[in-house]
Amino acid sequence: MNTVNLTINGKLVQAEKGSTIIEVALANGIKIPHLCYEKGLSIAGTCRVCMVKIKDRPGMEAACTTEVVEGMKVITSDEEIDEARKLIVELILSEHKHDCLVCESNGQCELQDLAYDLGIDRILFPVSKSVEPTEDSSQVILKDPNKCILCGRCVRSCAEITVQRVLDFAARGSGTFLISGLDQPLVDTDCVSCGACIQTCPTGALTEKLARFQGRSWEFRKVQTVCPYCGVGCQIELNIKNDKIVKVYGVEEGPDNKGHLCVKGRFGFDYVHHKDRLTTPLIKHNGKFEEASWDEALNLVATKFKELKDKYGSDALAGLSSAKCTNEENYLFQKFIRICFGTNNVDHCARLCHASTVAGLTRAFGSGAMTNSIREFERADVILVTGSNTTETHPVIGNYFKHLAAYNGTKLMVVDPRAIELTEYAEIWLRQKSGTDVAWINGLMNIIINEGLYNKEFVENRTENFDEFRKVVSKYTPGKVEKITGIPEEKLIAAARMYGKADRGSIVFAMGITQHTTGTDNVLSLANLAMLCGNVGREGTGVNPLRGQNNVQGACDLGALPNVYPGYQKVSEAKVRENFETAWGVKLPPKDGLTVVEIMDAASKGEIKGFYIMGENPMLSDPNLNHVREGLENLDFLVVQDIFLTETAELADVVLPGVSFAEKNGTFTNTCRRIQLLHKAIPPIGKSREDWKIIMEIGKRMGYPMAYHSPREIMDEIASLTPIYGGVHFDRLGEQGLQWPCPSREHPGTPYLHKDKFTRGKGLFTPVDYIPPAELPDEEYPFLLSTGRVLYHFHTGSLSRRSKPLDGIAPEGFLEISPQDAEKLRIKNNGWVRVSSRRGKLKVKVKITHRVDKGVVFMTFHFAESAVNLLTSDALDPVAKIPEYKVSAVKIERI
Amino acid sequence: MKLRNKEKDVIALLSKAQRENKHNYITEDKLKLIAQEAGLSYGEVYGVVTFYSLFSLKPRGEYIIRVCDSGPCHLMGLKSIFEVLEKELKIKVGETTNDGMFTLEEVSCLGICNEAPVMMINEKVCGNLTPQKIREILRELRKKK
Repeated sequence: MNTVNLTINGKLVQAEKGSTIIEVALANGIKIPHLCYEKGLSIAGTCRVCMVKIKDRPGMEAACTTEVVEGMKVITSDEEIDEARKLIVELILSEHKHDCLVCESNGQCELQDLAYDLGIDRILFPVSKSVEPTEDSSQVILKDPNKCILCGRCVRSCAEITVQRVLDFAARGSGTFLISGLDQPLVDTDCVSCGACIQTCPTGALTEKLARFQGRSWEFRKVQTVCPYCGVGCQIELNIKNDKIVKVYGVEEGPDNKGHLCVKGRFGFDYVHHKDRLTTPLIKHNGKFEEASWDEALNLVATKFKELKDKYGSDALAGLSSAKCTNEENYLFQKFIRICFGTNNVDHCARLCHASTVAGLTRAFGSGAMTNSIREFERADVILVTGSNTTETHPVIGNYFKHLAAYNGTKLMVVDPRAIELTEYAEIWLRQKSGTDVAWINGLMNIIINEGLYNKEFVENRTENFDEFRKVVSKYTPGKVEKITGIPEEKLIAAARMYGKADRGSIVFAMGITQHTTGTDNVLSLANLAMLCGNVGREGTGVNPLRGQNNVQGACDLGALPNVYPGYQKVSEAKVRENFETAWGVKLPPKDGLTVVEIMDAASKGEIKGFYIMGENPMLSDPNLNHVREGLENLDFLVVQDIFLTETAELADVVLPGVSFAEKNGTFTNTCRRIQLLHKAIPPIGKSREDWKIIMEIGKRMGYPMAYHSPREIMDEIASLTPIYGGVHFDRLGEQGLQWPCPSREHPGTPYLHKDKFTRGKGLFTPVDYIPPAELPDEEYPFLLSTGRVLYHFHTGSLSRRSKPLDGIAPEGFLEISPQDAEKLRIKNNGWVRVSSRRGKLKVKVKITHRVDKGVVFMTFHFAESAVNLLTSDALDPVAKIPEYKVSAVKIERI
Repeated sequence: MKLRNKEKDVIALLSKAQRENKHNYITEDKLKLIAQEAGLSYGEVYGVVTFYSLFSLKPRGEYIIRVCDSGPCHLMGLKSIFEVLEKELKIKVGETTNDGMFTLEEVSCLGICNEAPVMMINEKVCGNLTPQKIREILRELRKKK
């Protein structure tokens, strides 16, 4: 039997076997005071505050460490218990600094509450501890040892949630104290500033440094919403005073983050109030921006676009939508472009990150999104992570992987050219040469087939084209693969056996796979691998692309793409088009539009004349920046709608001030297809306006009035036209959101795809051969340059670089180079070098590290001062048109 | 590899490191290496080292004198033993002589009450101490050098 019956304070309750008294009590609304216990962390049993009496057992027992058994009778409070608790708390208070008067935790302090609840009206024991200095070396965390009650919750969250293991206890007995690292200042340790320790600290021992004296718990207005950074979709609670965000907490009930956040989500919100925020429309006169009224700006935008359309035709106009904006705004934007511009030239930055995923997975499975859900990873036996530096780019998922490897017995297998942090937690790390992914994946499958480790039943019943595929794979013997990829034969064999033998294998990937001229091939190969082992359509399996932007999944879903309408319905299909024509009451263009890089090309050739960019910064994000500048400068009319004057906005003729995530309602769709509600927390800054309202205004002035009163109404229209969002309605989203496909109002949403049948019917095996990258190092440009991100910044830094703590921790760009190459070039750590490619050059500081292999260098694209995309190649994947950011050839000179 | 290495006994590794160090302590570099070998965090290893008073993170003398600080030793005249040691060595408890030869420590109980007052010098027990006897022991050790 798996349930037990017991009574707590005479009340009969049922509980799952193996649960503890405190869990059962709390779940049944019975309060048991506690300090060291916290849901989600391991049990310490040290504070002894949760002592309870159990009938027929002597003395008292800690409710957090005692498991329930059948027939147990628990008493949580009587005179004796209360006295014991009181004594414990009095002892704790004798070692505590009582400065509640100015303490940041006043009003949300568990110790304060407990003392109050127990009626402790005087300090029984004199405070015996000497006062230690506070530790403020971190940009974000303030440590006051005088308020630490040694409950160990921070130690456990650091070890178990972030798995960074920075905090611990030193010494013993009454001398015990909290340390970081080897009793060093936090800034000198491996601390990643996630702030999990602050969130769990019951007192004021660990607090937000920048929130000091900015407001107290009872003064805050609390608004629950979704983090604006990456695609994990962490739910956050904004704490607001006087319309200013002061603190952020992770929402414990958030379905994908469970209360956890990374440094960006918890501390990177201050850009919202940055002095650089655009507060009024700007119009450029003689090369200089001048403030304008909304009417002036909107009229000018509409008139100019109409003029250009009349003069050069619809296809001379184009728009870039935004993966930072809401679903409703993306829907409106593509609708506006298709109707008012009359073209399908609409795209967004998904082109630069996961276009090949959508192309590859749609072909193989019929749906281009993450097949499974984030919290299913704990069901997997093996997680294969390739081309994803997860702990920096999707930190909450990355930390979860570390947790699973350390505590859940999940085997991690990492395939990455760089020695990323996850390699330290991996059972197997394969270091392939950049751009050789098809070869190692084929090699893996070759071994799996030869050793009979593949799932014959799945292949037979659920897939097609296996024989053609098998022919190609049979050429990729381990020896041949070693020559191409540099992965030793025996390691490849071990990896093949590990994935091949797993009951549930989950594949996770990101830009390391997609940003290649063979991006689509790489994705198809991963799909082949998953199908071969029957790892699709079950919990804890699948092919899982981690999406980069908070709403890049939504921007794709809602048709901000040149070839599909919302819900991936093809523009080229007459029936689909007719459906949208009827709904929108206009004639729609039948021809697929241009993609991001193609638009830039067309602009530099003079084929695109007018360009409307909402919330994107191609002047830093796109490859071959000199060429992008050429294109943008060649335009007749450029409109940029953003919250800051970005590098792109500087080139605009008209700049329209939109608003940040905190100033709007709507929905974001996260990487595992979860549609979540945003809640407007503060009014728009200055005269800025919600983006969906701006689009409506331009539409009206271009002769297509759209009269929505709220994003809710827009979502209703989306649901009526987009089968995968068919059952989505604001009233249904609540705290848990909904995962598409959700075709009807009764449908509960879909945690994992392709359950009994692939979206396309049968899974399609595609034979794929290895093709080398477009530009490899040679004598003139001897280094292979790869690009990516760091933990502390996001995308082109328009937001994160305007966050004081984030830019404070990581203020400048760098070039990672191996010690061997650094020695050869006689460069020192932190020395300056000039890096040049066939397309451009820049100066940057050097970081010498074993993270990169000989002959390989790495840079991030966050920093305008060292804009790596001056160097990158704009060679494209022929199918998905994604550029090859991960491989270009450069030379390096010491300066 | 940052995963805990269950086969590694961290206390044995620390003891060995301290024994092999001629100043009887564990260096920071060694501490970090042991943490990596055992798959523990720096904080965890630091916690272990500071928990046990037999480990030291500071350089100590060639001879570590541990004087028993328990009740029976006090009754048998411990106070004068400390006085003599501090005077002879010109250091206080917890300190090391300038020549790096002696470190003076106190220890809770050595469990040899029948020989009280008692102390240990490295692994060797010296009981039934008198000021005279201590001076002789120190003289012998200094002569050896």
